Amino acid sequence: MSTVQEHPTPAAHPRGATAVEIVGAGRVFGGRSAPVVALEDVDLTVAAGEFVSLIGPSGCGKSTLLRLVADLDQPTSGTVRVFGGSARDARLARDYGIAFQQAGLLPWRTVRANVELPLALAGTGRASRRERADELLAMVGLTEFAEHHPDQLSGGMQQRVAIARALADSPSLLLMDEPFGALDEMTREHLQAQLLRICAETRAAVVFVTHSIPEAVFLSDRVVVMSPRPGRIRQVVDVTLDRSGAATPGSGPHDDAGDDLRTDAAFVAAVAAVRTALHGGGTGPRGVDLR
Amino acid sequence: MSTATAPTTLAEAVSSPAAPAAAGRVARLLRVRPLVAVLAAFAVAALWEAYKLLGPEQGWSLGETRLLPRTTAMAMPHTWDVAARLLEPVSGATGAEALWVAVLRAGASSAGIALTGWAIGVAVGAVLAVTMQRLRVVESAVLPLVVLSQTVPLIALAPLVRSWGSRLELGAVTWQPWMSVAVIASYLAFFPVAVGMLRGLQSPDTIHVELMRAYGAGWWTTLVALRLPAAVPHLLPALRLAAANAVVGTVVAEVATGLPGGLGRMILEFANFAASDPPKPWAPILGAVALGLLAAGLVALLGRALHRYRRTEVAS
Ligand SMILES: Nc1ncnc2c1ncn2[C@@H]1O[C@H](COP(=O)(O)OP(=O)(O)OP(=O)(O)O)[C@@H](O)[C@H]1O
Ligand SMILES: [Mg+2]
Repeated sequence: MSTVQEHPTPAAHPRGATAVEIVGAGRVFGGRSAPVVALEDVDLTVAAGEFVSLIGPSGCGKSTLLRLVADLDQPTSGTVRVFGGSARDARLARDYGIAFQQAGLLPWRTVRANVELPLALAGTGRASRRERADELLAMVGLTEFAEHHPDQLSGGMQQRVAIARALADSPSLLLMDEPFGALDEMTREHLQAQLLRICAETRAAVVFVTHSIPEAVFLSDRVVVMSPRPGRIRQVVDVTLDRSGAATPGSGPHDDAGDDLRTDAAFVAAVAAVRTALHGGGTGPRGVDLR
Repeated sequence: MSTATAPTTLAEAVSSPAAPAAAGRVARLLRVRPLVAVLAAFAVAALWEAYKLLGPEQGWSLGETRLLPRTTAMAMPHTWDVAARLLEPVSGATGAEALWVAVLRAGASSAGIALTGWAIGVAVGAVLAVTMQRLRVVESAVLPLVVLSQTVPLIALAPLVRSWGSRLELGAVTWQPWMSVAVIASYLAFFPVAVGMLRGLQSPDTIHVELMRAYGAGWWTTLVALRLPAAVPHLLPALRLAAANAVVGTVVAEVATGLPGGLGRMILEFANFAASDPPKPWAPILGAVALGLLAAGLVALLGRALHRYRRTEVAS
């Protein structure tokens, strides 16, 4: 089980094999009088098709880093390149799908119409839009709620709609900010398996923010451990697991392949490594889920 | 669990005879909007009669200023006298139509002008709001002017608009006096729309704006898919205010410009009968009130059609 993982040769993206390339990126908020250094000297490269998790104490700049990649914010130093071009070009080309820390659904749109939004903005036809939305809603287990409005859904259900929305356009890069934070363990594990399956199918690169060490290890090729302010990359833990079983959809939320993996020796070792990295530097693991 | 819930249900059972059911029925009836409107009209009539009965005959003045109106038949005719008067002919002339028919005809004329003024005002207000949302500079330059515009007294404006209009050359179309009235009505109507819609267009949460940005949506797409739908809850009250303003503007401008055919001119003419035929001047005033209610009702219907945009997201 704990063999060295063979990285699948990533499908060549029209604009390069690297999904994200961050060089010396820093972000300082606020004026000159009281600056808040959210990120400092961050170097990170995400290959196409690679799954990278960001983990670190609350307020260490994970969301900020994700926003730099999404071109929703600009670095005050350093560069961020996405698929070989600028982050702005990638955004305008709709190269990535994004799920924020909050669901952020449009209240006047039905659940289905919310999932269809990225497709509608890309000009996809009505029929294929609907088909894709139904497929994704089935995946997140919300088929019966397609015609409901967001205010009729629980927080976790809204979060699942947001995940479906991020996946709608089959993007080659997925940016996810604690997408499974509000979910119960069963749904969480089910969606983790589904996410792995989708990534294997579409060869999408993922930058995934989480507070859960097991989740990061279970999903990722590499776990990036960040230190608190100023946010820096403290350590990158390579995870080598054989996910061939976990990525195939199991019979239900508790698929055996995933359970096997979670008790695997390599898994336990990687969890320990990430935990040590988080503890390193003397500061306590604030806001980090150490299950 | 079951033992914990039992006492509450028991307490409910003991303390709930028929009373909550009756209260529920009243509450349900009160949700029928037109019924409430009729009840309100009766309440106002009852208040009128109550004051007439109890108030001082000569009103009540503090020095020169009369603070409470007189209750004489001339100043405050009985509501039923006004109602009866509506059914009688306008004047003693043979073949004169009933008063209510004349009021209805004048009301229809005013309604047409008010609707035109409202439409122009809404269009101008919407364009202003969208431009202000698009360009910060325009907002800081134009918004004070928009607010300032409403301080110009209507009475001063009316003759100006009329003289400008009459000098306008519009090709085949000649400037009609009613157009001046519509322009003045729109001058009152655009204000709430411009201000309310601007607030609405600026109301989307950052997360929604960023979502549109993340999907490469440009300004126009964001406007159509996000800002306009989000503006609806702010826009509906603005449209209702604009409708009321358009009606008031029309009636006042009819008085100021002396445009014949509408309620404004009728109010002016019938005022002469205050002594000889006290209920008569109240007829066109009632007509104006009815017109205002009609306008508000129409906007409410519009709001019903747009109800899905009035949903709000619960915090997730
Ligand atoms: N718009 C902003 N203006 C000023 N400071 C900001 C802004 N956004 C983030 N910060 C600061 O940057 C730091 C990093 O914030 P960020 O949201 O990236 O943290 P995070 O790692 O995502 O935390 P969490 O796990 O709690 O979501 C924080 O100290 C925060 O105060
Ligand atoms: Mg965050």
